[in-house]
Amino acid sequence: MAVIRISAPETAEKNEVIEIKAMIQHPMETGYRRDERGDVIPRDIITNFRCGYNGEIVFEAEFLPGIAANPFLTFYLRATHSGSLNMSWTDQDGQSWSATHALTVA
Amino acid sequence: MSPLYHSRRQLLQGLAGAALLSQMALPALAQTRARLVVVGGGFGGASAAGAMKHLMPAASVTLVEASPHYYACPFSNLVIAGLRELDAQRFDYDGLTARGVEVVHDRAVDVDSIAHTVRLASGDQLAYDKLVLSPGIDFLWDAIEGYGREAVERMPHAWKAGGQTGLLRQKLEAMDDGGQVVMAIPPAPFRCPPGPYERASLIAHYLKAHKPRSRLLLLDAQDSFSKQPLFEQAWAEHYPDHLERYGAADFARVVSVDPDHMVLTTEFDDFRADVANVIPPQKAGEIAQRAGVADATGWCPIDPLSFASTLQTDIHVIGDATIAAPMPKSAFSANLQAKLCAVQIARVLGGLGPEPTILTNTCYSFISNDAAVSITGVYSNDAGRLQSVEGAGGLSPLNADPAIRTAEALQAETWFKTLTQAAFG
Repeated sequence: MAVIRISAPETAEKNEVIEIKAMIQHPMETGYRRDERGDVIPRDIITNFRCGYNGEIVFEAEFLPGIAANPFLTFYLRATHSGSLNMSWTDQDGQSWSATHALTVA
Repeated sequence: MSPLYHSRRQLLQGLAGAALLSQMALPALAQTRARLVVVGGGFGGASAAGAMKHLMPAASVTLVEASPHYYACPFSNLVIAGLRELDAQRFDYDGLTARGVEVVHDRAVDVDSIAHTVRLASGDQLAYDKLVLSPGIDFLWDAIEGYGREAVERMPHAWKAGGQTGLLRQKLEAMDDGGQVVMAIPPAPFRCPPGPYERASLIAHYLKAHKPRSRLLLLDAQDSFSKQPLFEQAWAEHYPDHLERYGAADFARVVSVDPDHMVLTTEFDDFRADVANVIPPQKAGEIAQRAGVADATGWCPIDPLSFASTLQTDIHVIGDATIAAPMPKSAFSANLQAKLCAVQIARVLGGLGPEPTILTNTCYSFISNDAAVSITGVYSNDAGRLQSVEGAGGLSPLNADPAIRTAEALQAETWFKTLTQAAFG
């Protein structure tokens, strides 16, 4: 169970541009490092982030091994209607984590 | 003679260092008429002054401390949580005066390490042969943007006990049920490594008992911390609905505050507080910088055998101001370092060199009104630095029976009485 932190307004004016912050605690192990015995530490990274707004994907990001641990994204979207923001992270093996944030548009 | 110190050897209990004195003729050491000055009347300075006067009764020992009273930091988190009164934290210097220490209530503003003088705010000068600085900590003002000296009324630090301790308590008591308390915890090193987490436990205890719809949020610049598994177990057991911690992995280091609007900002987000407790990043007390015994880190490098400054001759530094890791910045450590420093000064004045010894630290942290956990460390100083002795010391057990936690809370009371007696009795 990964720790996810979301920061976004709970209410917005119609057509207001709002800021969304999304962070997940994850080691983002590059696959390039070696342990004290010289063995390669296997790659373990999140490869994809998506934000859905009432089911429609409004923001998507691809993560590569150069992304630091605990990836933290800030992005903006236009608040057009009340609904839910669903944020999901998927790792290289297809495992995923998600969180939902309710947004009320006046 | 104080009944606490029946013999010079008894003074050294906890030091495992009675041998340091047995090698030298006690009369020789008693004869020195050296001028010994101590700056700072906390656990370190008060202990050093008392120990030096005891070991070297013919020497003149002067303690410089601005305040007529000292408010002890250990147990002050209980005051914040309404479980203890501030008066129980207050100590004075009458005991030291009675033992022959000259106590000067003035502020040391400068040290001339060449001329061997300490200048006081009144303009007076004190000449010394050996100077012991026990200046404690000062804050790095504005290291958190917006947190300057004027912010402490609205967002108390309560990291120097006294008025600030009472202020934080009043703010908690005045808060409506349903409010949010936010605590900012700085990056290490800082005074009392487990202190913020004991405080968090006790504030959560207060909220649970008196303001059950309220909660405490920790914004912590650290990823890991002292006694972490013990605290986290206690929080999960006692305060699951009242305490939440964001750590370094949550980008939770507080970078700025807005005291007018009661907002704390981390790299991740803004957090609104009804009551805010901001513990700022720290450095050695200001007089250490003036005396030239602090290095670029803001703290004071010392010789681990004698706590002599490595930067200035004839000046020793003890307590929170020193770079003594793995020994923590604690009242117990300061008291023991003071005694060790006093012995080594006596040895040097008696024509002997400093000798290695073993040091310890013990500290208790309350996790609720009647339960505590503890940590004990044992340290050697014979390898050019302080080192933890492998396999010695230890922590309270995890998953312990509540009776063990209660017993440790009672031991903590005794610990406090013993330590404050040793320093101020």
